[in-house]
Amino acid sequence: MQKMSASQATTPFRIEVALSPSGSTVSLAGRMDAPSIGSSWAKALAAASSPPPLTVNLAKVEYMDGAGVALLLALKKQNPSLSLTGLREEHAQLLAPFEKIALPENFKAPAKKDHPIAGAGKLTHHLLLDLREQIAFVGKLSTLLCQMLFNPKIVRWHEVFLTFQKVGTDAIGIVALIGFLMGMILAFQSAIPLKQFGVDIFVVNLVALAMFRELGVIMTAIVLAGRSGSAFAAEIGTMKVNEEINALNTMGLDPDRFLVLPRVIAGILAMPFLTIYANVIGIFGGMLVATTFGHNWQVLWAQLLTAVAVSDVLTGLIKSFFFGFLISSTGCLRGLQTKLGALAVGESTTRSVVSSIVLIILTDGIFAVVFYAVGF
Amino acid sequence: MPDAIIRVENMTAAYGDSVVLDRLNFEVNRGEIFVVLGGSGCGKSTLLKHMIGLYRPASGNIWIDSMDIASAQGLARSEILKKIGVMYQSGALFGSRSLSENVKLPLEEFTSLPGDAMDLLAWSKLKLVGLDRYLHHLPSQVSGGMQKRAAIARAMALDPCVLFLDEPSAGLDPVTSADLDTLIKRLNQALGLTFVIVTHELPSIYSLADRVIMLDSATKSIIAEGDPAYLRDHSADPRVRQFFLRQSHETP
Ligand SMILES: Nc1ncnc2c1ncn2[C@@H]1O[C@H](COP(=O)(O)OP(=O)(O)OP(=O)(O)O)[C@@H](O)[C@H]1O
Ligand SMILES: [Mg+2]
Repeated sequence: MQKMSASQATTPFRIEVALSPSGSTVSLAGRMDAPSIGSSWAKALAAASSPPPLTVNLAKVEYMDGAGVALLLALKKQNPSLSLTGLREEHAQLLAPFEKIALPENFKAPAKKDHPIAGAGKLTHHLLLDLREQIAFVGKLSTLLCQMLFNPKIVRWHEVFLTFQKVGTDAIGIVALIGFLMGMILAFQSAIPLKQFGVDIFVVNLVALAMFRELGVIMTAIVLAGRSGSAFAAEIGTMKVNEEINALNTMGLDPDRFLVLPRVIAGILAMPFLTIYANVIGIFGGMLVATTFGHNWQVLWAQLLTAVAVSDVLTGLIKSFFFGFLISSTGCLRGLQTKLGALAVGESTTRSVVSSIVLIILTDGIFAVVFYAVGF
Repeated sequence: MPDAIIRVENMTAAYGDSVVLDRLNFEVNRGEIFVVLGGSGCGKSTLLKHMIGLYRPASGNIWIDSMDIASAQGLARSEILKKIGVMYQSGALFGSRSLSENVKLPLEEFTSLPGDAMDLLAWSKLKLVGLDRYLHHLPSQVSGGMQKRAAIARAMALDPCVLFLDEPSAGLDPVTSADLDTLIKRLNQALGLTFVIVTHELPSIYSLADRVIMLDSATKSIIAEGDPAYLRDHSADPRVRQFFLRQSHETP
């Protein structure tokens, strides 16, 4: 067989139409590959749209690859009775696999669209299932955490340490920056109305209470959700995609104990530290602003001591433990729920951040009511 | 006289300081099926990745159609890349696109075919690898071997001058793998496409290869070059004969 070189010089693709009383002949000539027939595709189909009998003459085709074959298939589909002449043997070889095969009617993916009511029902079902899964997961984790109290060996402490470093220590910079700016901004914003009454020293009360009770812990939680919860989801999600989770399971290793527990413990431990840190830096920022109003540090410090009670500090700290648990467990759960493919990892990362933030705000609301009821 | 489409000259490939391939010299002729052999981990995939310009050789040159792939930039580089198609060992399909969208991607980028023409072309390529019933499946929804076949269909989408296939038949059953050999042979004969294939399948080596080279991880160089059946019967090198006769290192 003679070998045709792909880069051998050829003439461009041409279409010639010859009409005669006994039928029409369309001659295709030159080079039939994707770059050359791309712009002539529609023209070729139009040329071959005359009523049968129709002959397509391929004697002058110099080179034909898969794209040329596709054009012939399209012509045949449009005009099933057409006959091909002058087809070279090596080109016939390319066409051979498609002979006697019906082309699909269309190539669009079958649309899957639900009735709106069915859609709403499915969505609700989905949300409830998800809720059940979350509750079951929290239950499983709580059991593991209790087991851990009796048998600390079930935890891989080295992993906890490494994760704590990533979640806690490495987050110090961003938490400090945000805390500091938040304290300063609060102080500036509140100083204007307070000054009108000559009580701008109360800036300290405002900043300290806001930071200790709410802002410090919420802000830290959101940073943690964006920084570490999402990372957990991506790490575990990628493992899921690569079947590493299945591998763990078949080796008899429980992914919850192996992957989730260390991350959750690290999250629970890191969150209070970061919160305290954010509080201190935020209040420092607020007081720094207050010094520009002419108060000295001793006065501000004394004011701070009168403003803040132990319970204020505790409310924030108690919440921080819960938030740490919520964020790390949500991240891990979303990771484990990852479906297949690279897209799925991105999806679970997004879901982890969104659910974490929703849960943080919800839980914070519940805490506010409870603390109010018990007068804390 | 043979006309070299790829020339590898004194090429050394290294990851950091660890040299994997040491000063290789060989040519791939236009229109031939060229097979790269060697034990696992000897650097076959590394060689392929250097030949397609993903990695830069630590020293030496690689010429594709007399263009230096390593130093080509911008337009020149994309000219070379348009001429080659690659199937990676892992398949490397885009997970967020269906099989037919994966095949259409190069068509969308490099041709001006209308939409339905691209659909038809993608269908015909997937038909050739036996996947015409899975046009709209995502890669994660089909089996490993099917992913591999879809990756071959994507590599062939533009019918490039040179196709690089990294273990195309690994993970395929004997029948599918023989079908694949037929397809390769047909493309090679009808279009004159050049193939550079990494494979361990002895039957496909004998039926396909015009020429083979065998790499060795100890010497990091080519230990044999030529016709596979001839090498099997006449090579003086025990490592080469061992490979073709499937002998273990251990004596039972
Ligand atoms: N990204 C990398 N970084 C460092 N070393 C690598 C990298 N990729 C491969 N190697 C090393 O290069 C050597 C050759 O690897 P390569 O993947 O080319 O092997 P191969 O011949 O394709 O093997 P197989 O048949 O198993 O696919 C191996 O020793 C491997 O450890
Ligand atoms: Mg390899």
